[in-house]
Amino acid sequence: MKEKKPLIRVKDLVAKYGETTILSDINVDILENEVTVILGSSGCGKTTLLKNILQLQKPASGSIEVFGEDLTTLSENEYEEILKKIGVLFQNGALLNSVNIFENISIPLEQHTKLPPEIRQKIIEVKLGLVNLSHAIYLKPSELSGGMKKRAALARAIALDPVILCCDEPSAGLDPLTSADLDKLILNLKNQLRMTVLIVTHELASIHRIADKIIFLDQGSMLFNGTIEEARKANIEQIDAFFEVGSF
Amino acid sequence: MTPSKDSGSKLIIGNGKILLEGDIDKYSVPDLWKRYHQIEDLQNIEQVDLSKAGLLDSAGSIFIEQIAIDIKQANNLDKPYTELITNYNDDQGHTLKIFSQSKLEDSKPVKPESFFEKIGSNVIDFGRSLFDAMVLAADIFYWAIVGIWKKKGARKGSFTQQSLLIGLEGVPIVAVLSIIIGFILALQAAAQLRMFGAEIFIADMLGYAMLTEMGALITAIIVSGRSGSSIASEIATMKVSEELDALKMMSINPIRYVIVPKFYAMTVCMPLLVVMSIIVGIFGGLLIAVFYLNLSPSAFYNQLINVLTFKDFITTMIKSTFFGWAIVIIGSFYGLQVEGGAEGVGKATTFSVVTSIFTVILIDVVFSLLYLP
Ligand SMILES: Nc1ncnc2c1ncn2[C@@H]1O[C@H](COP(=O)(O)OP(=O)(O)O)[C@@H](O)[C@H]1O
Ligand SMILES: [Mg+2]
Repeated sequence: MKEKKPLIRVKDLVAKYGETTILSDINVDILENEVTVILGSSGCGKTTLLKNILQLQKPASGSIEVFGEDLTTLSENEYEEILKKIGVLFQNGALLNSVNIFENISIPLEQHTKLPPEIRQKIIEVKLGLVNLSHAIYLKPSELSGGMKKRAALARAIALDPVILCCDEPSAGLDPLTSADLDKLILNLKNQLRMTVLIVTHELASIHRIADKIIFLDQGSMLFNGTIEEARKANIEQIDAFFEVGSF
Repeated sequence: MTPSKDSGSKLIIGNGKILLEGDIDKYSVPDLWKRYHQIEDLQNIEQVDLSKAGLLDSAGSIFIEQIAIDIKQANNLDKPYTELITNYNDDQGHTLKIFSQSKLEDSKPVKPESFFEKIGSNVIDFGRSLFDAMVLAADIFYWAIVGIWKKKGARKGSFTQQSLLIGLEGVPIVAVLSIIIGFILALQAAAQLRMFGAEIFIADMLGYAMLTEMGALITAIIVSGRSGSSIASEIATMKVSEELDALKMMSINPIRYVIVPKFYAMTVCMPLLVVMSIIVGIFGGLLIAVFYLNLSPSAFYNQLINVLTFKDFITTMIKSTFFGWAIVIIGSFYGLQVEGGAEGVGKATTFSVVTSIFTVILIDVVFSLLYLP
């Protein structure tokens, strides 16, 4: 088996809101073709880490390398080229409410490619088919349920066949069955499309189902980074406590 | 990093097949698509050959499938179109399979309506809304009248609160705009009247205009914008956050609890605001009469009470009550109609303001025709 390449390298990351330090000394590699789960209790900085990686927030210090390029030093154009290869599923879906699902998915395609409308139409239909939402193509986001919105947002995230897919709490607010479906869907897409996936969650069930690696955040620092088995053996109090809650 | 503009991908025709060369992806497909559409004749082409193709992505595989579908049609082939795609390796086959359209055919999405269907359903919707609004109006009147005797299920202190909100807080803006409009009306008329030496008639003109038209209209338009919108957004927010459902579950009629207090407040405040608007507007005109036309205030006053009739006053009071009711009913109507989260609230507000201003003017027309002098 050949050595896996790191697609994302976080080096000495420090993230702050104003004067408050939210994250410090984060060092982690996200490897190619793996599902990495960012884990930790609510408010520990998972979303902050993701937003720093995506440069939606500027890191206070440290560097983020994606595909071997340091995002903190890239120009606007170079950054956009990187963005074409990253799909993001935001915590609440973040579909544009004023337009229908078709147009929501069409936007990244129109922004980043010159594809003819006929092909674009087919791509949108196929991507919606992949998330089992073909019938909802011309509906508005407000006409969808929570789980359907997440799936539509997932279809938008994979519109451009991203190399990296980032999901912020895809299963939050969903019932266990829908959330399990969504996990399966993400895992399935990851395998089919050979994506590298970075997921933020604090749902234990999801982690067991999909994680190759986990990153455990606690009080602004990274307690652990590795596989689930390693995590169990590591004898770290907080992690054991975390797994204990869900294991009955 | 940047994909080269010329991706080096090619589409070649010959030997009864279309040969694709290089990466077939979202960057190369736009050019290949143009090239493909230059082909005049697909007759006798029976294959899409991928032996020289590189990486495929969703755009690429959909493009390839499209060619296969077109070929099948042009040549009336019996085979399924997937069999017309040949010489792909495992990776390419895998990609083609994931993004295949063939799985889609059985699901039929709801198509968006055509232009004429849209017009048609808009007309039907309008009729239905009008009916619903009438029903709501009847409900509000019913609860407003019942509420005079039965106090149970009403919100305590809400009448006072709403009166302050709709009435008192509206005073400054109504006053300022009325004085400005009175002032401008008088100024425009003054120049004309002066030419005929008929300066004194400014009192007639202004008094009559403010009393029968302008006072009520200015006030109604301002109240539509201020209170109509806030009624709509308040009720819409309550609907969206399921507060109205919660009220129902506590056996409280939402119309009674939320809308009727606003209705009472409007019934009382609207005529009062209109009276104030009329007085302030006339005062604005008085400034012109005194300082620009050099009339004495007493002459202005004597002329004024000659034109102002009690009948006109009563008519205006009735009219402004109707304006107020229309604003409450329309605001509540759009508030209750709201669907689908936060963005619905904004829409409800906008619609309510536009519709209530329109309706106010419509009522004004009706009154003008009824009470033709
Ligand atoms: N916009 C903000 N301004 C200030 N502090 C924030 C802001 N957003 C988040 N925080 C703080 O940052 C910490 C981490 O938040 P977040 O990354 O959203 O947590 P989570 O792990 O639940 O996703 C929390 O303590 C939160 O209070
Ligand atoms: Mg979060």
